[in-house]
Amino acid sequence: MRMSQKDSFVKFEKVDKSYDGEILVVKDLNLDVPKGEFLTMLGPSGSGKTTVLMMLAGFETPTSGEIYLDGNPISSIPPNKRGIGMVFQNYALFPHMTVKENLAFPLEVRKMQKSEIDEKVGNALAMVELQDFGNRMPLQLSGGQQQRVALARSLVFEPRLVLMDEPLGALDKNLREQMQYEIKHIHEKIGITVVYVTHDQSEALTMSNRIAVFNDGKIQQISSPDILYEKPNSSFVAQFIGENNQLKGKVKSINGENCIVTTESGDDIHALKINVNNNGDGSLVSLRPERVAINSSENFENNFDAKVKELIYLGDHIRSRVEVCGNDQFIVKIPNSYKEANLKEGSTVKLSWKASDSRALDLN
Amino acid sequence: MNQSQTSTGPILTTDGIPLKVSLKKAERINKIRAFLLVLPLLAFILITFLVPIGDMLARSVDDRQINTVFPKTFEVYKKWDRQGLPSEEVYKTMFFELKNSEGYAVGKASTRMNYSKSGWKSLLKKSKRKFKKIEEGPFKEKMIATDKKWADPEYWLALGQMVDPTTMGYYLNAVDLKYDSSKNIVQQKENRRIYNKTWIKTFKVSLLVTLFCLLLGYPISYLLATLPMKYSNLLMICVLLPFWTSLLVRTVAWMVMLQQKGVLNNLLVMSNLIADENRFQLMYNQTAVVIVMTQILLPFMVLPLYSVMKTISPTYMRAALNLGASPMHAFYKIYMPNSVPGVSAGCLLVFIIAIGYYITPELVGGKDGQMVGNWIAYHLKTTLNWGLCASLGAILLAMMTVLYWAYNKIVGIENIKLG
Repeated sequence: MRMSQKDSFVKFEKVDKSYDGEILVVKDLNLDVPKGEFLTMLGPSGSGKTTVLMMLAGFETPTSGEIYLDGNPISSIPPNKRGIGMVFQNYALFPHMTVKENLAFPLEVRKMQKSEIDEKVGNALAMVELQDFGNRMPLQLSGGQQQRVALARSLVFEPRLVLMDEPLGALDKNLREQMQYEIKHIHEKIGITVVYVTHDQSEALTMSNRIAVFNDGKIQQISSPDILYEKPNSSFVAQFIGENNQLKGKVKSINGENCIVTTESGDDIHALKINVNNNGDGSLVSLRPERVAINSSENFENNFDAKVKELIYLGDHIRSRVEVCGNDQFIVKIPNSYKEANLKEGSTVKLSWKASDSRALDLN
Repeated sequence: MNQSQTSTGPILTTDGIPLKVSLKKAERINKIRAFLLVLPLLAFILITFLVPIGDMLARSVDDRQINTVFPKTFEVYKKWDRQGLPSEEVYKTMFFELKNSEGYAVGKASTRMNYSKSGWKSLLKKSKRKFKKIEEGPFKEKMIATDKKWADPEYWLALGQMVDPTTMGYYLNAVDLKYDSSKNIVQQKENRRIYNKTWIKTFKVSLLVTLFCLLLGYPISYLLATLPMKYSNLLMICVLLPFWTSLLVRTVAWMVMLQQKGVLNNLLVMSNLIADENRFQLMYNQTAVVIVMTQILLPFMVLPLYSVMKTISPTYMRAALNLGASPMHAFYKIYMPNSVPGVSAGCLLVFIIAIGYYITPELVGGKDGQMVGNWIAYHLKTTLNWGLCASLGAILLAMMTVLYWAYNKIVGIENIKLG
């Protein structure tokens, strides 16, 4: 055995993929997925995440490198012999078969007994709460129901691993959120390993144990949702996950974990040094909108005067765009409480935030 | 608001007009406009398609020609008891009506009479000439003196078939049956039975052509539907290329290809695959008809197949593989059932076109490859037996209707997709 099974159920080792021999869609991918983990691959379209999933499912072959499943190389195993479940983007339910026949298909292919098939199909339908819909055709079901059938079908033959390729992309917002929880709960209940692909960050944050952020064929950062959100280690990740304020400047001085970045407007920002190395380097200081205090009496390392440009009423909070440190796209989220109700466009406010909340990242 | 809930009458618009009336009024202009848009086509179809078809269908049972040329004869003929020879009165009216009628009218009538009993045509032609010398009776004896056939009761009995203004005779004829002299339905004489053989041949050729089109067209359509756009466009042009070439040119090209001293046989002989004296007989027979018609009708199979296959998402196959099916099994269980609407549309289309095909069998079929369409053309142009043409055509039409009905029962017409 090449590696400890627990640490690495799925392993990508130095995987490259190119379709045309000119552009690498996936570059030197190394990834380990432990058993039972819900791993989400998140990234903009064209970032290579779906290609990675297709290589794992066996529909694409790696140009170089090797993929291991449970310690065994699988590049030469055809997709139908891999025993990996998959939920497709548009469900791919067979339109000429009833829901039951769809679910029975993978079991019939495995030459199971009729009674066993019936039992498993029944269980799978119960799992997604569609017991009464077994004899319907897929097109007679709503999008959410079709989605659940697809999910049940990918699990009915008890695969070791389930892949999901943007399975909720075609659903409307409410249904999508509901299904996110449903998938999460099923994963928790049966403890299966899931590799999930999406470009929707809130989906990724809701469901995953770990998220791998893809861009340009590479994993930019892979970590748990909270760390990804709070401690992005590159400006791409900071921008891609959640809302983010960016202040552009040059590194003035570095002091251990901290640094000072001077913006073009001449303001000095105290920040954590994340991936800047030398004085004079360009840097984007990243700061979450909710970490900024307005007219606070507390004393933080960063205190600046800002001009309110725009106020947008969003019910539970007021989103205000202000100009600070030469950036007029700076967003502050103000909770809708009595305290801040007197904010007006054009007025000047005091903004303050901690050095530990602002992260000096690369300038890309 | 409570008003509309409590009232039981029709729903009213705000100006108090019933909603349905108001809707109708609003839609009327659109309806008229739509009707006017299709009116030219409608008129065109009515005049050039429906009316001629109705006329042809009527001709297939129409039997009034003789009655108009020999009306009085038929009046007295009806009184005859059909025993022995008719009375002097029948001979007499026949004599005068024949003598005084226009030549072309007699020609038409005698053609029809000949269908019932061959010999009538020559008899009338000859007699009309000889009757000029006869001035007075007794007509029966004088007529028999000009030609012995006048004394043959068979001839007189055959006229009995034409008493009715309508006849099933043409339809009987189209399936190798006929009326005998006492109006019983009997088989044609052995050497005159041609149509049943032709019907069977027509069906056989059409089925073979449909089958070969499907066998050849299915893989091509699959490729077309699954290849990337830049290749599939090129392939599509190759499929459509025959459409841009004249049918006649293509058929003649096949004649050059397939004949005994043609390209194909020459190549086979040159490459020593067959001996010079064993050249294949590929032209002027059924084989030629099947080969050439398959090539000509292939696009009609490919296009509906392609348009249906284009809608089959490739993820179905991927899903099937992912669920553990082998590629063959996935194709058989998932792809093929989803392509059925295209298969049935293509087959129905090719079969319908093939069954009435005329020009290709005419050119490459020889004696052995003639189909029903060729007989229709032959009777239309050469023998001028339009009644038989009409009945052959009507049978063809009826067959297609039955086929269509059966198809609808088995597969369901809503499963047909042309795009």
